[in-house]
Amino acid sequence: MTPILQARGIVKRYGHVTAIDGADFDLEAGEVLAVVGDNGAGKSSLINVLSGAVLPDAGEVLLAGSPVHFKSPHDARLAGIETVYQDLAVAPAMDIASNLYLGREIRRPGWRGKVLRQLDIRAMRQRAQKQLDELGITTLQSITQSVENLSGGQRQSVAVARAAAFGSKVVIMDEPTAALGVRESAQVLELIGTIRDRGIPVVLISHNMPHVFQIADRIHIHRLGKRAAVVSPREHTMNDVVAIMTGATELAA
Amino acid sequence: MDTAFRNPAIGPLAALLLAVAVFTVTTDTFMSVDNVSLILQQSVVIGTLALGQTLIILTRGIDLANGAIMVLGALVVAQLATGAGVPQGIALLAGFAVCGGLGLLAGGAVSRLSLPPFIVTLGFLTVLQAASRLHTRETVLVEEGPLTFLAQGGYLFGQFQVTVGVALVLITVAVLHFALTRTSWGRHVYAVGNDAKAAMRCGINVNRVLLSVYLLAGLLYALAAWQAFGRSPATSPNAFPTANLDTITAVVIGGTSLFGGRGGVIGSYLGALIVLVLQSGLTQAGIDPLYQQIATGILVILAVALDQFTRRSTR
Amino acid sequence: MITRTTRRALALAVAAGTALAMGTACTATKQAGASGPTDGPVKLGLVTKTDSNPYFVSMRSAAEQEASAKGATVIAKAGKEDGDNDSQVKAVEDLIAAGVRAIMITPSDTKAIVPVLKKAQQKNILVIALDTQTDGNQGVDATFATDNTQAGVLQGQYVKAALGQKQPRVALLDLQPGVTVGDQRHNGFLKGIGLADSAREISGRGDTNGDQGKGQTAMENLLQRDSGINAVYTINEPAAIGAFTAIKNAGKADGVVIGSIDGGCTGVQAVKEGQIAATVMQFPGKMARLGVAASVEFAKSGAKPQVPTTGYIDTGVQLVTDKPLGGLDAKDTAWGAQNCWGKK
Ligand SMILES: Nc1ncnc2c1ncn2[C@@H]1O[C@H](COP(=O)(O)OP(=O)(O)OP(=O)(O)O)[C@@H](O)[C@H]1O
Ligand SMILES: [Mg+2]
Repeated sequence: MTPILQARGIVKRYGHVTAIDGADFDLEAGEVLAVVGDNGAGKSSLINVLSGAVLPDAGEVLLAGSPVHFKSPHDARLAGIETVYQDLAVAPAMDIASNLYLGREIRRPGWRGKVLRQLDIRAMRQRAQKQLDELGITTLQSITQSVENLSGGQRQSVAVARAAAFGSKVVIMDEPTAALGVRESAQVLELIGTIRDRGIPVVLISHNMPHVFQIADRIHIHRLGKRAAVVSPREHTMNDVVAIMTGATELAA
Repeated sequence: MDTAFRNPAIGPLAALLLAVAVFTVTTDTFMSVDNVSLILQQSVVIGTLALGQTLIILTRGIDLANGAIMVLGALVVAQLATGAGVPQGIALLAGFAVCGGLGLLAGGAVSRLSLPPFIVTLGFLTVLQAASRLHTRETVLVEEGPLTFLAQGGYLFGQFQVTVGVALVLITVAVLHFALTRTSWGRHVYAVGNDAKAAMRCGINVNRVLLSVYLLAGLLYALAAWQAFGRSPATSPNAFPTANLDTITAVVIGGTSLFGGRGGVIGSYLGALIVLVLQSGLTQAGIDPLYQQIATGILVILAVALDQFTRRSTR
Repeated sequence: MITRTTRRALALAVAAGTALAMGTACTATKQAGASGPTDGPVKLGLVTKTDSNPYFVSMRSAAEQEASAKGATVIAKAGKEDGDNDSQVKAVEDLIAAGVRAIMITPSDTKAIVPVLKKAQQKNILVIALDTQTDGNQGVDATFATDNTQAGVLQGQYVKAALGQKQPRVALLDLQPGVTVGDQRHNGFLKGIGLADSAREISGRGDTNGDQGKGQTAMENLLQRDSGINAVYTINEPAAIGAFTAIKNAGKADGVVIGSIDGGCTGVQAVKEGQIAATVMQFPGKMARLGVAASVEFAKSGAKPQVPTTGYIDTGVQLVTDKPLGGLDAKDTAWGAQNCWGKK
């Protein structure tokens, strides 16, 4: 079977810094793929390319086997790829419902929507509430709270919920549990499981090895801007992974 | 509710009512039908300019060139209509084209070239002031006609005089308020001001939003030029020398954050009214106009302090 | 959510209250006794171009003095910058609403101000222009002003006398093109010195906006072009002082005659110190006093001032120098320091 999302020979330079140095990437259907690596290894840069937030200098991205050229996150979103960015990408002064529907607002039916282009704020709130309920997210009390009034963990839940609710092909999460407590982390991990059970593959970037080993089907190890190896959590230990990450052991990719 | 545009006009409204109450009590002449009507008429130009300024500030920008754009537009209109004998209506359209084009140009520099709005509009200010003076050094008078149409008016309730210009500025405020709070475009404007990178990652075409905001601001400046002809059928390169700061004052008093992403047009218009009420009231009371400046300055600082305070308390 | 909105509203209300507190405090004293427009003191309005320029400051304080001597009060307003017509229009409107009997104004834009002045006249308010005539004297009942051409002529005559037998090589430091006052003084100067605008003796000209810094820059540039310049026309004293600085820096302080116009105290001091050879004084205080007198008279009897055929009432000019020449009527700088305007 062809992988859902692939990347070949991706290169991205920022001035003298080579953030991605000819990296490959494969995401299989229905799996949770963890991406691990040291700080600055180029994980975020790689997923920024996959989600259209950054244009690569070289290399190609394939969705279900055919090449795609995302010029903006909008393109990737339209293709069904949703991303939780490391810095969350939320609008602080807007409420939870507005953030979920930011960039894909619902208009009122009839002439008010067509002629006045008026938003259907009530519909967005109702649907947002329903989506949160379906995903089992209980940390957010009111859909009409401003995101800036939420705790760091709650904000992360908003970003995760948004990706989970709208990702139809692929969901990418860049350190979604970084700011979360034990309970909230468990919820996010559970959520990742829910998404996978719906048949949507998830890319999970994390520094938390127990989390990775708990949820991932395969582990993509990133080192110095490249994919160093892909291993299975059932065949390798955390120590093996750390050793590859730091360059202590080498393994054919 | 979104804190971005949650009742942002309540504070300035309270300040306005308080000022009106104080002057009503302390002077015999302030609270009269004629004077209230007059203050509304005085608000049309800076009020309209402040709407464009609000849009730009909401995207985390600032416009130092709004007065200069309006004045150049007005000069082009006046010269076409009087010097070149172009029909006034067509001259007016040309003014909209000039101001809209300049807005688009500024928006292009801010979005496509990622230049800071402060610098872009400072450059525009300098260039346009010179361009206006190259265009003409003199005051140009316009004849009565479509250009002065906004001065026309009628009476409400028998004696309250309302000009077309006053009605138009109120309609403009209402339309923009609707667009900002009830359409996708409006939400995208706030989102860009909140965090442009986040907005981009939410699939918003940030450059296009910025471009649309600067274009719309330019068109509003042309509208302000038309309003100015309704107030006084003449224009000169020296007109409205402090429009940029006056509009920033109105916007800030109106509760819009200079850091972008929160506020609204109703507050800005009320901010413009507050300044005029202070001006008028202190004149009626026979007090040195410098106190009006002091009062305005204090209001600006308090409004910004309040904004900082709310932003900090919600972090 | 409700609490925060309310707090915000309250805070702004307090803000406005604070800002207005001074206002009401002053109101209490000023309004005392003024129960109606007819039986209180006569209210007059004064609108100047700016309230920072000492010229207008002295005009304003003279108006206030004269008014209180005559039992009237003056509400003084000003534009924000020279050319700020909108602020002047608003000021006139506010004064009309305040019920003044007369409005004195130094128009920033001599054409654009006319409609609102006509509105004032329709309300039976006397409108007086001070210092600057409106376009075609429209919208005003009388103007009290300096004869700017005559001021230029005097400057020109004095510079001519100071040059004596020397062949003139003249630099002209103008205001900016298109401004009537500037043109009148410029042409008057040429008439007084007896040169045509295109004469070979004119080495060059520059715009100063009446500003000292710009005057210096303009003079520096002109000296680069012609180091033999021996006479300088200046639009006003700040420009003259700037020109002197440039000339002194070029080491030519002794060989150049600088003439000027204004009669500000700083200018008279510059004449005393020999930086400017002579200046032509104008009398803003007199304009204001005459304006107030006419306004009070109008309020009492309804009589409007008589305007001569020149279109304005000349408040006179006076040559001030410590080296009187060529039989010109001149006062010395001691007299000048007594009668100058601005900070003495
Ligand atoms: N916009 C940028 N401009 C310049 N350099 C950048 C930019 N983004 C990333 N880099 C550089 O590229 C390299 C890879 O960064 P990246 O954020 O992809 O690492 P990462 O693996 O996600 O690290 P972390 O685990 O800390 O999130 C780093 O050296 C970083 O400094
Ligand atoms: Mg990262």
